[in-house]
Amino acid sequence: MSDRAMSAPDFDLAVIGSGPAGLAAAALAAGRGLSTVLLDEQPEAGGQIYRAITDTPVRDRRVLGPDYWHGAELLGPLRDSGAAHWPGSTVWSVARPREDRPGDRRLQIGLSRDGAARMLSVRHVLMATGALERPFPIPGWTLPGVLGAGAAQILLKTSGLVPSGRVVLAGTGPLLWLLAWQYLRAGAALDAILDTTPRANWRAALPLLPAFLRSPYLGKGAKLLLEVRRKVKVVDGVTELRAEGEGKLAAVVYRRGDGAEQRIAADTLLLHHGVVPNLNLANATGCAQQWDETQRCWRPTTDSWGATSVEGVSLAGDGAGIGGALAAEQAGRIAALDVLHRLGRIDRAARDRAAVPHREALERALRGRQFLDTLYRPADVFRAPADDTIVCRCEEITAGAVREAVRLGCSGPNQAKSFLRCGMGPCQGRLCGPTVTEVIAAERGVSPAEVGYYRLRPPVKPITLAELAALPKTEADIDAVLKH
Amino acid sequence: MFRRLPDIAGDRVSFTIDGRPAEARSGDSVAAALLANGVAACRNTPVSGAARGPYCMMGVCFDCLVTIDGTGNRQGCQVRVAPGMAVETQDGKREAGR
Ligand SMILES: Cc1cc2nc3c(=O)[nH]c(=O)nc-3n(C[C@H](O)[C@@H](O)[C@H](O)COP(=O)(O)OP(=O)(O)OC[C@H]3O[C@@H](n4cnc5c(N)ncnc54)[C@H](O)[C@@H]3O)c2cc1C
Ligand code: FES
Repeated sequence: MSDRAMSAPDFDLAVIGSGPAGLAAAALAAGRGLSTVLLDEQPEAGGQIYRAITDTPVRDRRVLGPDYWHGAELLGPLRDSGAAHWPGSTVWSVARPREDRPGDRRLQIGLSRDGAARMLSVRHVLMATGALERPFPIPGWTLPGVLGAGAAQILLKTSGLVPSGRVVLAGTGPLLWLLAWQYLRAGAALDAILDTTPRANWRAALPLLPAFLRSPYLGKGAKLLLEVRRKVKVVDGVTELRAEGEGKLAAVVYRRGDGAEQRIAADTLLLHHGVVPNLNLANATGCAQQWDETQRCWRPTTDSWGATSVEGVSLAGDGAGIGGALAAEQAGRIAALDVLHRLGRIDRAARDRAAVPHREALERALRGRQFLDTLYRPADVFRAPADDTIVCRCEEITAGAVREAVRLGCSGPNQAKSFLRCGMGPCQGRLCGPTVTEVIAAERGVSPAEVGYYRLRPPVKPITLAELAALPKTEADIDAVLKH
Repeated sequence: MFRRLPDIAGDRVSFTIDGRPAEARSGDSVAAALLANGVAACRNTPVSGAARGPYCMMGVCFDCLVTIDGTGNRQGCQVRVAPGMAVETQDGKREAGR
């Protein structure tokens, strides 16, 4: 037994991710006496929605809007709570070093900060790792000039950059409309929005409308949509989409229903098909996950307090299933209360009592979510694209190659790795996983739940040899890195 | 292409792209600085040689890999631009940080 394993853990709690879920969780936990560290790979707190909230160069507050500026209210409580805040820390592994010692509940976190790797031992880990844009594979999506709409929004929030030249937005989902609205506020012109929302979705979503009518999103969302539709050319019912160009984007080609192909010259194409949980860290930590049929994505399995299947690891916010920023904030607080209980700071009754207002607020925030999920569910043809479309950007593997592998006996994403190297590149399946699951499931005629997902291993982000050289090599540390 | 909004805070930062002088703002990531300077493609893929440029801006896609001050395969969207920084677009190799 090494000295390090005997000594006290570095912190009671590590919160990974400083979006709304992580900010709220860390402030509550530290405020109630847990020694807490908040880790995030980004240089500033805020997560995706509140990206650059402390230092955005966009001075005109109307551009990013009130929902964005709400994020600033989460920063004071974090500062006052006494939580340690380590931005610029990329977590690449979470593991229990000593399964042979049941009394020792600590977890080891592997992270890189300032170009050096280090290990951190904690009693509990709360992942608040948020969401990623759902991959939107179309022919030509790898051309320079084609970006995710979320990526373009990051450029706006962090650098005050807007697209110039001929700009096309394409896809479906609230974020696409939000970005268009923010651009209009900023005075940026858009040439067209190509809306891929399938017409049939309206029919499916209609029965869910009553709940949405009571949702806090309704008023805001409707106003925003009308304003964008008034000012930008919107093409509805787009069923086919491709980007063309030599070495960079030159044109966007689309089709509506059975109509003729249309072509728009474009310098920038911003794609969006909603967001899905960023589950790589939870998956590589061994947390069980499940297929969510409504949101068409995998999500780690959690109980109503955010506890995962791995002892000592909880998960809150969009990383546990998409609920939006206000829901993430409340889920973060609820999970933090459960950690206080698990670490013996409060009893069960106190936890349950303290959670009541947060559960009420969570319920309000989630109202109408099902309507949005159903309405903005991307069409089958985009989730499992045509044969000539690259699905794995890293290894340049097409949907056709994946289908061919299925015909040769490849039954799921893990086998696709050995058949095709699909998912073996540096993005570790983040940009192909959901598509590969859908393509294989459709080709086999079974549910995505049956074909499964990549089994990921740490490190979940590439670590350099130079970073590793900084690592103190105790037995427990080496165990934690090499365990899987 | 991308342009800067007029009423924007932040200091100007001078750096170079493939040896040519360029300007960014403090707080820009290297990938943002490239896009602001009209550079949409920053590398070629090792598989087919196709041009790639920043796609996700959040550290996920690895399409923004560039050489920064002599170190290859850095994720441009995850590194802040600094005065005097030498950024080079790159061919082929793509494993981060090696
Ligand atoms: C690009 C993008 C833009 C979005 N913009 C909006 C918006 O404007 N409005 C809106 O309502 N919703 C937006 N969303 C939806 C978003 O999911 C929000 O609902 C909200 O940000 C979720 O909060 P969260 O706390 O769960 O996670 P997030 O806010 O996503 O925060 C997660 C944080 O975890 C960090 N992280 C993840 N993995 C690691 C790791 N291994 N090591 C260290 N840190 C890690 C990330 O850097 C990130 O800062 C956006 C989503 C994306 C992907
Ligand atoms: S743009 Fe995707 S990793 Fe940098």
